[in-house]
Amino acid sequence: MKLRERQWIIGAIFLLITFIYQGRLVQMQVFAPQWKAYASRLTEETETLESARGLIRDRHGEIIVNNKAGYDVWFTPRKCKTAGGLDTLALADLIEMTPESLIRAFKRAENYATYRPSRIQKQLITETYARISGEIWRFPGVEVRRRSIRTNPLGHASHLVGEFREVDQNDLESNLGYRLGDYKGKSGLELQWEATLRGKQGTRHHIVDIRNDYREPARSGMLDTLPEPGIDIQLTLDLDLQAYGERIMTNKRGAIVAIEPTTGEVLAMVSAPNYGTDLLTGRDRGSNYDSLINHPDKPLFNRTLRATYRPGSIFKMVQGLIAMDRGVLRPSQRIACDRSIIGCHGLHQFDNFEEAIVHSCNPYFHEVMKRMIQDGSTRSIFSDAHQNLGNWSKSVRKFGLGTDLGGHFPALRSGSVPDTADYDRMYGRKRWAYSTIYSISIGEGELLTTPMHMANLAAILANKGYYVTPHAVRGSAGIQRIETEISSRHYDAVIRAMSMVINTTDGTGTRAATPGIEVCGKTGTVQNPQGNHSVFIAFAPAENPKIALSVYMENAGAGGDWAAPIASLMIEKYLHREVTQSAKEQRIIEATYPFPDKAL
Amino acid sequence: MVIGLFNVASATAGANPVEWLDFNEKLGKQFLWVGVCLILAFLLLVIEGEFFIRTSVIHYVVNITLLIAVLGIGKRIGGAKSWFSFGSLGIQPSEFAKTGTSLMLAWMLSRSQDRFNQIGSLFKAVAIVSLPAILILLQPDAGTVLVFTGLILVFYREGLSGNVLIAVLCALLVTIATILSGASTFHYPGAGEAAGVWILWMILVCICGFLWATVPQWSVPRRRKQTRRSILLSFAAAIILSVGLQFGLEEVLRPHQKDRIHVLFGIDVGNPDADYNIRHAKAAISSGGITGKGFLKGPMTAYGFVPEQETDFIFCTIGEEWGLMGTSVTLFIFTLLLLRILSLAERQRSDFTRIYAYAVASILFMHYAINVGMVLGLAPVIGIPLPFISAGGSSLIGFTLLIFILLRLDAERFSVLR
Repeated sequence: MKLRERQWIIGAIFLLITFIYQGRLVQMQVFAPQWKAYASRLTEETETLESARGLIRDRHGEIIVNNKAGYDVWFTPRKCKTAGGLDTLALADLIEMTPESLIRAFKRAENYATYRPSRIQKQLITETYARISGEIWRFPGVEVRRRSIRTNPLGHASHLVGEFREVDQNDLESNLGYRLGDYKGKSGLELQWEATLRGKQGTRHHIVDIRNDYREPARSGMLDTLPEPGIDIQLTLDLDLQAYGERIMTNKRGAIVAIEPTTGEVLAMVSAPNYGTDLLTGRDRGSNYDSLINHPDKPLFNRTLRATYRPGSIFKMVQGLIAMDRGVLRPSQRIACDRSIIGCHGLHQFDNFEEAIVHSCNPYFHEVMKRMIQDGSTRSIFSDAHQNLGNWSKSVRKFGLGTDLGGHFPALRSGSVPDTADYDRMYGRKRWAYSTIYSISIGEGELLTTPMHMANLAAILANKGYYVTPHAVRGSAGIQRIETEISSRHYDAVIRAMSMVINTTDGTGTRAATPGIEVCGKTGTVQNPQGNHSVFIAFAPAENPKIALSVYMENAGAGGDWAAPIASLMIEKYLHREVTQSAKEQRIIEATYPFPDKAL
Repeated sequence: MVIGLFNVASATAGANPVEWLDFNEKLGKQFLWVGVCLILAFLLLVIEGEFFIRTSVIHYVVNITLLIAVLGIGKRIGGAKSWFSFGSLGIQPSEFAKTGTSLMLAWMLSRSQDRFNQIGSLFKAVAIVSLPAILILLQPDAGTVLVFTGLILVFYREGLSGNVLIAVLCALLVTIATILSGASTFHYPGAGEAAGVWILWMILVCICGFLWATVPQWSVPRRRKQTRRSILLSFAAAIILSVGLQFGLEEVLRPHQKDRIHVLFGIDVGNPDADYNIRHAKAAISSGGITGKGFLKGPMTAYGFVPEQETDFIFCTIGEEWGLMGTSVTLFIFTLLLLRILSLAERQRSDFTRIYAYAVASILFMHYAINVGMVLGLAPVIGIPLPFISAGGSSLIGFTLLIFILLRLDAERFSVLR
């Protein structure tokens, strides 16, 4: 029967389908790693366990930058949708958002991923969290996660510490293991010491369900790691001194840098005006940043490292030291104050070296430098200058000026010490002589330094000839002692003069006199069209100095008027731990930028 | 043996739901249904086979009535109006319609012995199948309708020309070619970019011309004209089908339906959600590997990544938790069951039982082929259950009816005179 045979055809069709399916199964289950990988991508989720970030402490172990809890609000669109939505107005009120911004945040979350949580509000404070934690369950898909944030509310050393905030696109692409929403140091020490402070994040692998809820540990937790907390860093700053400096510099523009001369440890770095670091870590960072960056006093500008000023009269000490070392000057040598060459001030006429420092005599140092640059060794003054300036610059750089001071402050600007090549570029080769460039003899012209450089100069004078790489973190690598290669006996004359600046009645820095402490210092007044900057460098005590510092007050007038008394207060605060000169302190604290003309 | 399979299959059905439920609501129901089916099976085996033969028409009429009724008072679930609901239990009349239609078809074909020589009997048989099919299409439930088309195998066994099967196969090929070429673009010299389907049409015309010119050479001269005519006709049909399909795809179907079809053929539709189900299903099966992750240990199925995993995508559960071994055994058992039904069919003396057995085999085959094919990404995503394994009372009872009526009829095979 013919039709009966058709059973074989039908049976064959059945078998054929089974064979096709069987082949497909073998292909899918045995030879398709990409599908397997896709499956684990879907079902496995890695949870990051935050490591506690290392704290930042001062030289005595006091905490400068601490961690505190911040509560972020996260939202998973799909969970909300499956639960039938939520009351937007009530939620907005609860988590301190406007309904409009909440709806915008919802849209962003929806666009990012419907089944993954997105952050819709950042850093609620603990008090807010306590208030809302009992309510939040009413809102499906909304959860609050704790994260650790930085706090330094008074902004101690805020410029030095730097910013700690959310990673940006560059960080995410940097291959350092940052994930969206992580925080990291973005500037200052927070950035420089990121690896130490950060610690190591832990991970926990989960099997998740379709709503991305954790259900069970993946692979029995064998891949999980515990977080390793970050390591605290100890600064060389003295928090008391730092805070005091910040207090007396309130409402002013300027900078104070204090260094322990024998170790190079920075004791205080004050850049005024200061700002509270918390302004830039909180959720109002955007608007706070705008108002700070647009503030006329430029509070974000780190004046201690970034502001370059001409050194002014203070540079005369360097000038004298180099000249004595070259043998063209003896301390007892008197030079006429010839004001036809260059202007001067005061009543002196024929000073020796020490008097010239005390009176800050301009013609004296014009002559001193002339002896080094225009020494008559060639027939042309142009050749003289061309030949000698190089050596002079090299000697100046030995004082750290124009260098990065060992590189412990990446933000530090090296300033400038002009060289033969610089003047060749400016005027043409051998088209300049000493008479062209003489303004650098009194620390003006092309010379530029920062408050850090000047504090370091004070340390060199205190050490009589060397400095130790200035640094702000204990245990920094690469600290070395750098010699100026100028005999220490030459320093004695300079130090005597610096003492006279303060301790003789006609000295320019008498306001730096401090009860019970012999202070050595030098005033500087840096020419500026908006009003001269008041500058002072000092170290104390004269014997066995413990602190060397530079003080800059922008547009405040003569160095002795404002910078000197501030130096005195700082020195007393550091050496005696308390300030007895209350009238001086009062005057400084009450002063407000801009200063009235001749406010004496 | 068949009973053994039933036990295994329903045990799997009972066991599998545990995997996706912490709480046993659906699982408990499924156990209940299995119990009901066992009682039903017992009852069916007690009833005289003659009863089924005599009440075929009544079965059919009742089923058709239910199908009409469900269109009126049924409950709409997932877009299709295919459920009667009694409290928490739902009944799907389309599952029972398969049994009714099979019985009716067997009854009708066993009475007219003309082997489709007359157009009338073919027409009648097609009508018997089409009526419930159309009613189900109105619900709409395309999957079940597709199952009914499987009954063409019964027609074939009972005398329908093999050419029809071949024609269906050719139509399938043309369909695939149309969809693939329709989704691609081609740069035509002088005419610019256009859908690749034009090339297909040109090729069809060329082949037709070629065959028209060459094939008649080999046939007897007096039949040449007829040969030519049938070549022309079949190619005209192919082109009409192709053009119609293209038109349907572009103009009639809604975009998501078109996407579904495209996903099946591996065409990138640029919408990640379009192949969401099938991607997850494939991943689940694939992640099982050779040995599987073990009972209750598959995260894909346990935590809701595979849609409808207790019903239409249950094969994923087997794939993920039991691996290649589990899936192979499942395929093997199904194939064995199908072939066994064929051999049962062929040993019958009664035409009715034979035709009914073929109908049962065809229906089971279609379920098996479409369901597994869908999960493997080889057939369109059409929601139909995997017999005996998928959860759901109606389908379980439906298949119990189909199989046990057959067993009862088979048990009486010696009492029928040849």
